[in-house]
Amino acid sequence: MTATLTRPALPTALVEGLDDPETDGSVKTNELVIVAESGDLERTWATTILASTAAAGEMKVSIFFTFWGLFALVRPEVRITGTNWMQKMLSMMNRPGIDHAKLSKLNFAGMGPWMMKKLAKQYGVAEPRELLEMAQALGVRLIPCQMSMDLMGITADQLIDGVEPAVGAAAALELMTNADASLFI
Amino acid sequence: MTVTTPVAKTVDARGLSCPLPIVKTALAIKELVSGDLIEVLATDPGSTKDFVAWSKTTGHQLVESSVDGGVYRYLLRKK
Repeated sequence: MTATLTRPALPTALVEGLDDPETDGSVKTNELVIVAESGDLERTWATTILASTAAAGEMKVSIFFTFWGLFALVRPEVRITGTNWMQKMLSMMNRPGIDHAKLSKLNFAGMGPWMMKKLAKQYGVAEPRELLEMAQALGVRLIPCQMSMDLMGITADQLIDGVEPAVGAAAALELMTNADASLFI
Repeated sequence: MTVTTPVAKTVDARGLSCPLPIVKTALAIKELVSGDLIEVLATDPGSTKDFVAWSKTTGHQLVESSVDGGVYRYLLRKK
């Protein structure tokens, strides 16, 4: 038996898409689901860059905001969330709102994010809030996690405009199952 | 190829970094109708490959691509 090393054949549609400059790319709509679990600035940045770029490329994009990630959807003017002292304490120690995200390292009591945003401005990099707004304008679905909202005492009226009704893990999993790519950030 | 149709819109993405040139173009092209031309100005060197890829995935035709003094200019036709 002769063993021949061949590269696995690429799907025909993909090869045609690469070779044919006239391809309209409309054969299939790709779908991306991001689970935004972290509230860290650098991760929120990754989420919003990927979501806005994917939507610009006409992918269907949904972001499921859970746990610390949920704070990115809280309106900027909301300072304290929750009803009992433990929930209030959470938001006191971890100020809600996408503009108040902290770096996971080199935070230096806010000095790190301040420098990072100053650098971003200098190099023409958009901040997570701007990217999130553009993502929304391009049709990205923002879906909060119901369990996280209950746990942290965050109410729907405390979330930014355009956010969809909260759903549970099963609904999030259904989205992921049907998507071409799912990311946990 | 000489393009005679007037440019319907210009996106000035000079000084902006990835992914803004693409995202701003995607936002702007939504307001145009099929066949309209959109001009994009950018200084991000990565934008050249980005616009070729973006044109392929979205189907908006990249009609012209040029660079002059560090400013990249792309002309796209909405599908």
